[in-house]
Amino acid sequence: MSIPLPLFIAIPLATAFLLPMFGRKGKTAATVLANLVTISLLVFAVASIGKTEVYEIGKWSIPLGINLVLDGLSSLLLLAISVVSAAAMLFSARYMEQYTAKAKYLSLFLLMVAGMNGVVLSGDIFNLFVFLEIASLASYALVGFGCEHEELEASFKYMVLGSIGSIFVLFAVALVYGNTGTLNMAYISEAIQYSGLNAGLDFALALFTVGFGLKAALVPFHAWLPDAHPSAPAPISAMLSGILIKTLGIYALARVVFNVFGVSISIGWLLIVLGLLSMVAGAFLAIGQWDLKRLMAYSSISQIGYVVLGIGLGATLIARGANLAWASLAILGGLFHLVNHAVYKSLLFLTSGSVEMSTGTRQMKQMGGLAEKLPITRTTCTVASASIVGIPPFSGFWSKLILVIAAVQAQFYWIAAIIVFVSLCTLIMYLKVQRYVFLGELPENLQQVKENKGSMLVAMVFLACLCVLMGLLVLVPDLKQAILEPAVKVLTDGLKYSADVKGM
Amino acid sequence: MPYSLCFLLFMLGLYCAVVKKNMVKIVVGIMVMEYAVNLFLIMLGFRFGGEAPIIGRSHVDSETGQIVASFLNSSVDPLPQALVLTAIVISLGSLALMISICIRTYEKYGTFDITQIRRLKG
Repeated sequence: MSIPLPLFIAIPLATAFLLPMFGRKGKTAATVLANLVTISLLVFAVASIGKTEVYEIGKWSIPLGINLVLDGLSSLLLLAISVVSAAAMLFSARYMEQYTAKAKYLSLFLLMVAGMNGVVLSGDIFNLFVFLEIASLASYALVGFGCEHEELEASFKYMVLGSIGSIFVLFAVALVYGNTGTLNMAYISEAIQYSGLNAGLDFALALFTVGFGLKAALVPFHAWLPDAHPSAPAPISAMLSGILIKTLGIYALARVVFNVFGVSISIGWLLIVLGLLSMVAGAFLAIGQWDLKRLMAYSSISQIGYVVLGIGLGATLIARGANLAWASLAILGGLFHLVNHAVYKSLLFLTSGSVEMSTGTRQMKQMGGLAEKLPITRTTCTVASASIVGIPPFSGFWSKLILVIAAVQAQFYWIAAIIVFVSLCTLIMYLKVQRYVFLGELPENLQQVKENKGSMLVAMVFLACLCVLMGLLVLVPDLKQAILEPAVKVLTDGLKYSADVKGM
Repeated sequence: MPYSLCFLLFMLGLYCAVVKKNMVKIVVGIMVMEYAVNLFLIMLGFRFGGEAPIIGRSHVDSETGQIVASFLNSSVDPLPQALVLTAIVISLGSLALMISICIRTYEKYGTFDITQIRRLKG
């Protein structure tokens, strides 16, 4: 069964505008409807694995019209988006009861999902910018959803930096249009292969890197993330850290660099350096934090570094003309880490939400001994921590192992050393979380704490099971070939993208 | 020359957004950047003595049924204008959200000065 691609965007978009009409009385109905939407998107994403398809909107043939492209990379990202959003939506069914205006929250949530699906599917660079803005605007509003002092401040900071990033992207789109005369990514790629890069296109590539780098919170551009992600409600933190920065930042950057402009040694090294900086700086800053969610936000910066490092390593190896198998191993590591991080970081943020809801605080110094009071939260948090640290057989271990092997194989021994070193820093971070939140003495005022019930537990257990099972994605050859290999192939094929899209 | 002036406008907006301490001025700076980019897009489609790209009866050669060359050489590219319209609508949305957050922040903190709005650190 083939699923029409516009449904991925149309269903959440239509529901998002329908939900505010439910008002206060229809809160339960709105929640059920929103959950149905995210779960049906999950089903669609699973059904679309392994398919490649081009959809021309309104039957206008490209390059006249806008097209949606589903290829290996898109379906991998679609799957990640729908898994995280289904879990976060399930979690918010109960968690968001403490806020007013739940219907508006659900509507913004679905708007963000629609924007991200659009970014992933779009084959037109201006359309990509439009969806990027839809997702970003929804996320600005969601960060400030609580409307308290900290939330408004974080939201403003995020919005200023995010808007600057978006404007850079728009400027780059304008430059690309001026130099190539088309907005379709396949045709831009063809025009660039035909005429080569000129100064204007180089500038456009630089603007794309900064713009998407701001969205992805790579280290020189990371200032907004540690404020914005902790201030949002927990399910939204899970969405932002788990998937939004990857879709708007990493995916868009990889698509533009690999498939539209073509890789070069300089851009490959730029990505490697950005990745390493993010890894090291994020890890060091995270260790010193005492706010639970802030620690996790900094660790997101560090983990995003791994993904960018893997992709940059692949780009450098392809540009050098080295063995393609080495390059694809590095990219495989990066993309696999992206999916893994989406699952375990969203799980970590959900557990932090559960802890916050039970205890009413995020400060680790005021907690302790919660292991007995919150047994399921504790177990899922430990599974996620083990994954992020990279303890076998949990998922994080395999992606880090692949990255280390790829770095050693390409004879970048120092990069492999840094990867292992940052893993150690991550271990310290999450030992600290375990020690101060779940072990130790239970403070007086937390004696009455109770475990959360219902949908919150279901969401956390679902993600924890995924954490354990994700390793199978690389260990079982069939799964690897169905899900990860096509995504890697899209990037290693590079500029063949334009021929592929036109041929479909 | 017009392009460099447009770029200057962009840089002015960026300077304003980065350096100013007042929240509203930061928003103004971002909007100046946005308009500079819109202006750039419009200039891409500009043509001296251009005409609207709408094919009327007078533009079609009555004998061959082809579009006459003078029309092809003087009609302007309509796409940048469509892009600018979209971009303006998007920037309107983000402007509305930014201003409303500014107002809510003012209600909470009683000031627009970002050096005094610093609860988040570290």
